[in-house]
Amino acid sequence: MKIKITTKELKSDFAKEVKERSGIDVKKCYQCGKCTAGCPVAYEMDYMPNQIIRFVQLGLRREALTSRTIWLCASCITCSTRCPKEVKIAELMDVLREMALEEGVANPMEKNITTFHEAFLNSVKKHGRISEFWMLSEYKRKRPKTALQDIEIGPQLMLKGKLSLTPHDIKGKKSIKRIFEKFK
Amino acid sequence: MSKKIGVFVCHCGTNISATVDVEKVAEEAKKNNPGVSYTTTYKYMCSDPGQKLLRDKIKEEGLDGVVVAACSPKMHEHTFRNAAKKAGMNPYHVEISNLREQCSWVHPDKPTGTEKSIDLVRMMTEKTRKDKSLNPIKVPVTKRALVIGGGIAGIQAALDIADAGHEVIMVEREASIGGHMAQLSETFPTLDCSQCIMTPKMVELAQNENIKLYTWSEIESVDGYLGNFDVKIRKKARSVDLDLCTGCSSCWQVCPSKKIKSEFDMKLGNRTAIYIPFPQAIPSKPVIDREHCLLFKDARKKNIPPNDSKVCRKCLDVCPIAPVKAIDYSQEDEFITEKIGAIIVATGFKELDDTSMYGEYGGGKYQDVITGLQFERLASASGPTEGEIQRPSDGKLPEIIVFIQCVGSRDPAKGCSYCSKTCCMYTAKHTMLYKHKVHDGHAYVFYIDIRCAGKDYEEFWLRAVEEEGATYLRGRVSRIYKKGDKLVVLGADTLTGSVVEIEADMVVLASAMKAQDDAEKFAQKLSIQYNKDKFFSEIHPKLKPVESSSAGIFLAGTCQGPKDIPETVAQAGAAASKVLALLSADELEREPVVAKVDRLPAPIFSTCIGCFYCKRVCPYGAIAEEDIKARDGSVIKTVARVNEGLCQGCGLCAATCRSKSVELAGFNDEQVYAEINSVEFN
Amino acid sequence: MTEETKKTKIGYYPGCAITKCSTSEEYGTSVLGVSRVIGPELVEIDDWNCCGASSAHATNHKLSTALSVRNISLAEKDGYDEVLAPCPMCSQRLIISQNDVHEDKKLREEVEDAIEMPISSNVKVSNYLEIIKNYSMDEIAEKRKKKPEGLKVASYYGCLLVRPPKILKFDDPENPTTMDEIVTAIGAEAVDWEFKTNCCGGGFTLSRPNVVVKLTHDILEGAADAGANAIAVACPMCHANLDMRQKNIEKEYGRRFNIPIVYISELIGLALGLKPKDLGMDKHFIDTDFVVDAFSNIEE
Repeated sequence: MKIKITTKELKSDFAKEVKERSGIDVKKCYQCGKCTAGCPVAYEMDYMPNQIIRFVQLGLRREALTSRTIWLCASCITCSTRCPKEVKIAELMDVLREMALEEGVANPMEKNITTFHEAFLNSVKKHGRISEFWMLSEYKRKRPKTALQDIEIGPQLMLKGKLSLTPHDIKGKKSIKRIFEKFK
Repeated sequence: MSKKIGVFVCHCGTNISATVDVEKVAEEAKKNNPGVSYTTTYKYMCSDPGQKLLRDKIKEEGLDGVVVAACSPKMHEHTFRNAAKKAGMNPYHVEISNLREQCSWVHPDKPTGTEKSIDLVRMMTEKTRKDKSLNPIKVPVTKRALVIGGGIAGIQAALDIADAGHEVIMVEREASIGGHMAQLSETFPTLDCSQCIMTPKMVELAQNENIKLYTWSEIESVDGYLGNFDVKIRKKARSVDLDLCTGCSSCWQVCPSKKIKSEFDMKLGNRTAIYIPFPQAIPSKPVIDREHCLLFKDARKKNIPPNDSKVCRKCLDVCPIAPVKAIDYSQEDEFITEKIGAIIVATGFKELDDTSMYGEYGGGKYQDVITGLQFERLASASGPTEGEIQRPSDGKLPEIIVFIQCVGSRDPAKGCSYCSKTCCMYTAKHTMLYKHKVHDGHAYVFYIDIRCAGKDYEEFWLRAVEEEGATYLRGRVSRIYKKGDKLVVLGADTLTGSVVEIEADMVVLASAMKAQDDAEKFAQKLSIQYNKDKFFSEIHPKLKPVESSSAGIFLAGTCQGPKDIPETVAQAGAAASKVLALLSADELEREPVVAKVDRLPAPIFSTCIGCFYCKRVCPYGAIAEEDIKARDGSVIKTVARVNEGLCQGCGLCAATCRSKSVELAGFNDEQVYAEINSVEFN
Repeated sequence: MTEETKKTKIGYYPGCAITKCSTSEEYGTSVLGVSRVIGPELVEIDDWNCCGASSAHATNHKLSTALSVRNISLAEKDGYDEVLAPCPMCSQRLIISQNDVHEDKKLREEVEDAIEMPISSNVKVSNYLEIIKNYSMDEIAEKRKKKPEGLKVASYYGCLLVRPPKILKFDDPENPTTMDEIVTAIGAEAVDWEFKTNCCGGGFTLSRPNVVVKLTHDILEGAADAGANAIAVACPMCHANLDMRQKNIEKEYGRRFNIPIVYISELIGLALGLKPKDLGMDKHFIDTDFVVDAFSNIEE
């Protein structure tokens, strides 16, 4: 896929918006590529981490927010740790994911990942803690193609008593609900 | 008698007039100041016609004071004072009111700017009213230069000065002159052998009758001022008498301590405890490294005296000089004071050899990850491998070699934000040297940008790619780790948007050029300024590139910032020419804007109470303590005295003085209060 | 709470993954078991909630911050100066969130409103290695009962214990040594290796198992090639990926590793002479008998 950059993108406030939301100033990046060089998941990405920063620098909102890269970032923070200009790249991925979800443009190819996050947070919202069994069930239900994946692990976990069917609800469930309500 | 003052308001094109109503400023200057007898405005006061206007009006109007309302005094105070002098006026009756930097450039609003300008001009008018005639200070000149540092910068500067017929003292802290250039294998962009062009210069220096060379010596202190420095030199105990020694080599051949890491070979080779750093060393006479020498170790650790029969004295025994041997274990540091007229600082750089901050590159734990200077030693015919590119761990020829640029440069996260300027070129050179020696080898270079801006430089690095077959990959390396006997290099190529993984046999880090470890301390010793990276600062980056912040002290080479050999030599020549200009005069003129401690008739002698706060705050070491003595020689009181040669007129002493005994010529209290009052009460 | 008890008791924040009947319960079991022998005393924070883990911070910064900070405020309310979060996902989230509210006043006010509690910046959140190093090294030396034989341990730290270094301020992010020091203190050999802080793929175990398989393979290979016969971890996710997936990886890459993946707390427990079962050694996917057997010699 080729990208055409016009003055429309170049003049956009995307980088400014990112900075306002996260405090991350992408102008500081001089595109040395060290983030990409050390990224353990880069080989799976559609764009390299340094390219994602470049998108933000040049106002290429669509390319950044619809990329698979932002979802494939494992948040290992190797990039930010080694960045010579101290740009928080991993944290930038967080804010781009948040924006992609808000705008409903998250890449459908990484639906497994977004669904996992959804199922995880639903469990927290409901019980205050994770119920691994019910979180897994929701995920598998919503992503039926993954149903057979790791099929052998579940029963082994059960056998070792490591997967409980009864969720543990915390006393302050209401307080958790309130947090979720406030920060929808 | 009140002065007749003329006020000249400059438009500076539109620099001032766009945001300041200059006509109104001129008008107001006259209106509120009875002493102002003439005012005008002009488009460019600094131009020839502008200066002529000033000269003409001084004569025509009989002015004895001038205010030029224009740009910063740093720009043109000198210009206008000169013009006034030509018209027969003492130049110190000319004052500059800075309407540009301090007003028009910073205030966009015209009415406000105009109002402030009127105030600024009034202040200067008040000051001018109280200006006194001053005369330049004349100081004698000692016609002898000191060059600190014996690398290529120091050698070039010393030869230039000596060849012009002046005496030069050179002080080098290592055992030999030569510096880093002597360590290099071949030099870019011509690939000529570094030692082949360096050693003749070293010999020339040693043989020049105008140059006195102190090696294994350091600067202990610098006192005095421009034209009249007193420099104390510490001749470190060499344990070898340079006059007696013939450099026959017997001693270092028998020395039993043979496994000391050679500094000259960047720790890739060994030396003995009594040694010359490299075969072409000047002087070609050894030094004893007392830290490693068995005799001195025994003396330190076991308290065995040097004359005990049990200690190692092989070098002394074998020394053929008779009747007095050239080796002298009892030598001590010696101090020499030299009178000096001007100083060139050429103390060089230090390669970033400690890469412990690069944990991701192993932080120094991998033997086969080496630095640029180490590679130079490997590639050098006089190096530890006699020019063969062998990797340090097992001596194997590296079939795959990776070069990483910008290690310690352009890396603010590691505390070093600047570009070291030379690494792009020396890395390109390294790939060539490598390919010339390992024909089937593969060289990969990770770079961020290629900065080869110099004559024939662009062509040089492209030759590395096009003719020598080096592969350049655009990306900074994130990690090096060991896998078997290989080093895995994780990099990127941002041009293709890829991750790059190379299993290399050896990795060369293009390490940064850093300031010397003791640069800060040394700068303080000389009272010269330095930047955040501890490189010494020139006064003006464009117009005064070799002048330090202290008069009479000049900078040459990499102590001022990273640079390559051609640039270093050019700068050394420039510094030498500045020194020659100084030494060519019998007397030097200095600005008379200096501080003075008052002297009064007996029985007061001076209002100075001798607290010496001024001495503590003076950044130039210009305040001395002086005893006022009675006829019989007894001390009546001790007071401060300003050394006019050293004083730079900063005024800190005057501001600090509790008894108001210090006055800064041209800026006395009366003048400053007049300026302030003119704003307060109008 | 009196001054005396305040000093010795540390707030315990287990987090979801290491509580009883969870996928990494043996970590929690062994941490508590060890603490009962050598201290410091751990008291569970009342009514703690999930920190939101990567799912919250990856999708909603404020939510993530509030979920984490609530636990710190609870700890403060219970009077603790220090909190142990053995799961590094939890400790990292708690520390980063604490830092974020400290730096951003507006965020702090929003979060305080959401959790309906004031936010304390005084509670220190620690990971398990820090707690052992700061409180228990002498106790280990004193109460060590068994000396392992032939046990060569690769200490695997992963991402979350050391990054981001400027905020976590724990050990060297490229070559940490705390866990190695503990391994040496219990008498095992600490193997020097290259993958101490490589990423295992963490939270992608369900959604992107292919990524996890590749990354964990590299780690297992690195440890095996360095001569390790066990890998020590202090993270439930690292453990899950290396332990549960190991058979998978062996099949995929055609190399048999069979390296037991043990929690550092389990190793300490074995050295102290605790029963393997009480440490949850039977809960692993890769058999841990080799490690347990290494500890059969009682020290003189």
